[in-house]
Amino acid sequence: MTKLKNLKKSTKSNLITFGIVILFYIVVQILSGADLLTSSFSGQLVPICAYVVLAVSLNLTVGILGELSLGHAGFMSVGAFAGTLVWVLLCETAPAWLALILAFVVGGIAAGLFGVVVGVPVLRLSGDYLAIVTLAFGEIVKNFMNACYLGYDSTGIHFSLKDSASMGLADDGVVLINGAMGITGVTKASNFTIGIVLVLITLIVVLNLIHSRAGRAITAIRDNEIAAQSIGIQITRYKLMAFITSAVFAGLAGVLYSLNFSTLVAKKFDYNTSILILVFVVLGGIGNIRGSVIAAAILTVLPELLRSMNDYRMLIYAIVLIVMMIFNQSPQMIAWRKRIAERFAARRAKGKHPTKEVG
Amino acid sequence: MALLEVSNLGIAFGGLQAVSKVDLSIEKGHLYGLIGPNGAGKTTVFNMLTGVYKPTEGNIVLDGVDITGKSPEFISKAGVARTFQNIRLFNEMSVLDNVKVGLHNQIKYSMWTGILRLPAFRDREHQMNRQAMKLLKIFDLDGEAGLKASQLPYGKQRKLEIARALATNPKLLLLDEPAAGMNPNETEELMQTVRSVRDQFGIAVLLIEHDMNFVMGICEEITVLDYGRVIARGDGKDIRNNPKVIAAYLGGD
Repeated sequence: MTKLKNLKKSTKSNLITFGIVILFYIVVQILSGADLLTSSFSGQLVPICAYVVLAVSLNLTVGILGELSLGHAGFMSVGAFAGTLVWVLLCETAPAWLALILAFVVGGIAAGLFGVVVGVPVLRLSGDYLAIVTLAFGEIVKNFMNACYLGYDSTGIHFSLKDSASMGLADDGVVLINGAMGITGVTKASNFTIGIVLVLITLIVVLNLIHSRAGRAITAIRDNEIAAQSIGIQITRYKLMAFITSAVFAGLAGVLYSLNFSTLVAKKFDYNTSILILVFVVLGGIGNIRGSVIAAAILTVLPELLRSMNDYRMLIYAIVLIVMMIFNQSPQMIAWRKRIAERFAARRAKGKHPTKEVG
Repeated sequence: MALLEVSNLGIAFGGLQAVSKVDLSIEKGHLYGLIGPNGAGKTTVFNMLTGVYKPTEGNIVLDGVDITGKSPEFISKAGVARTFQNIRLFNEMSVLDNVKVGLHNQIKYSMWTGILRLPAFRDREHQMNRQAMKLLKIFDLDGEAGLKASQLPYGKQRKLEIARALATNPKLLLLDEPAAGMNPNETEELMQTVRSVRDQFGIAVLLIEHDMNFVMGICEEITVLDYGRVIARGDGKDIRNNPKVIAAYLGGD
């Protein structure tokens, strides 16, 4: 019985999370059908989805695996550039849906490969090395992409780290990545529906992973590495599994994000973006996937909604941050929420089994 | 040949020889005690047996397999399970999940089966739940399966650690001070449980314990360590009357 209840509890919680996402989608579709959305809000819809995916995937590393990562924007950047390149090269020749799927696949794989490159040497060590290395990784990716010139002509692919002239392109050459100016003239391909689909896929994969044999192993490593080793869990393998999955979804979010704009520049994916995603995770509750979804959505849309009260914008944003932090993290608030929940549960139980009162 | 053969085991940390020339021979289905004053090297021996420390000399052979200096994962798979002196549970996981993690190498399915919820997922999870509940029942923890491990009282946490260790299907179970912090009633109850676990699973148990009633009451053979060396070996009566042991505990020449 207990076992059944237990299973049900996690499934129910997952269903609520999916429900929130789907409800949000339906409400937005109705509002946009009735022409009630401001253009600034509709402009935020794809970024909201991208940030939700980023926050959920980072929560896998920070909350479930328990390792601090400060370079999530780096993986996002790798995915964005790889995916956008594929899209730019294919969107005119291949059918749009195929090009789009390939863009996502390549973006995700590229970010995952960098996850391997970063994770394999670092996750063998125990300690806070991952934070330092991912921090450096994010900066390296940003600086490299800022200085990266890539183009092609009839003679083949040209590449330079100096300037576009030193690529030596022929007259018919096409510049793909133009250093700090990035990739320009991208045909926008992302939309809200694609974003929501990606959010749902992310949630399914991450939640199913957490509530499975592999997920238990990952959580066990977080809770007590020595004990996890003593019961025969391969520490490095499961750490890598969590970290690489996290990187892949950051890459997918990067593709989604970049295909929403006509230009892609590397400096968007800097340290501040990594920290912003980490703020979503911390505010939503470390290890709490649904919290990440809600925090990422609210905090992405808030600065835009507050644009009208320009002077007080950052003040209100800061207050919301503080209130959310208190609501989610303070022990008194947690106890208070528990009491409320228990009272509700008791009332419901009373309604269901009135006879129990007698006994 | 015995289940576990330890010969000439020793380890030095820098210049400090913590343990040297320890021999142990453990038969299947028997209960062994490892005692000694604080700092005698008992837990260090456990850490070498489970791969946490790599011995600098000697050999450990389990059931014909050389496990000297192997990784903890390897040794766990070879059939050694342990509990810890300072309890190491997965505190944020449920009691049930703590045991299910212990079944990690017993009931398997791939990451993809889990993510895509393939039919095997349901089967294996059911199997795991059944097996885990069975183990929890032995330790009278089945009523608390849904609680977080950290919510259990101290005595039950110790039991949960043993249940988790048993989930790995060991041939040899190492218990590091299982009765620490328990009252006499709980200790008595634990003795019964350890005995019945030994009978039911047919495994060998080696335990470190300071509670002499517990050790004398349960162990068929006791090894005494002092300053990292074996100073005596025998059954409860031999040990109690051994002048070397008395000197080690009470001081003297």
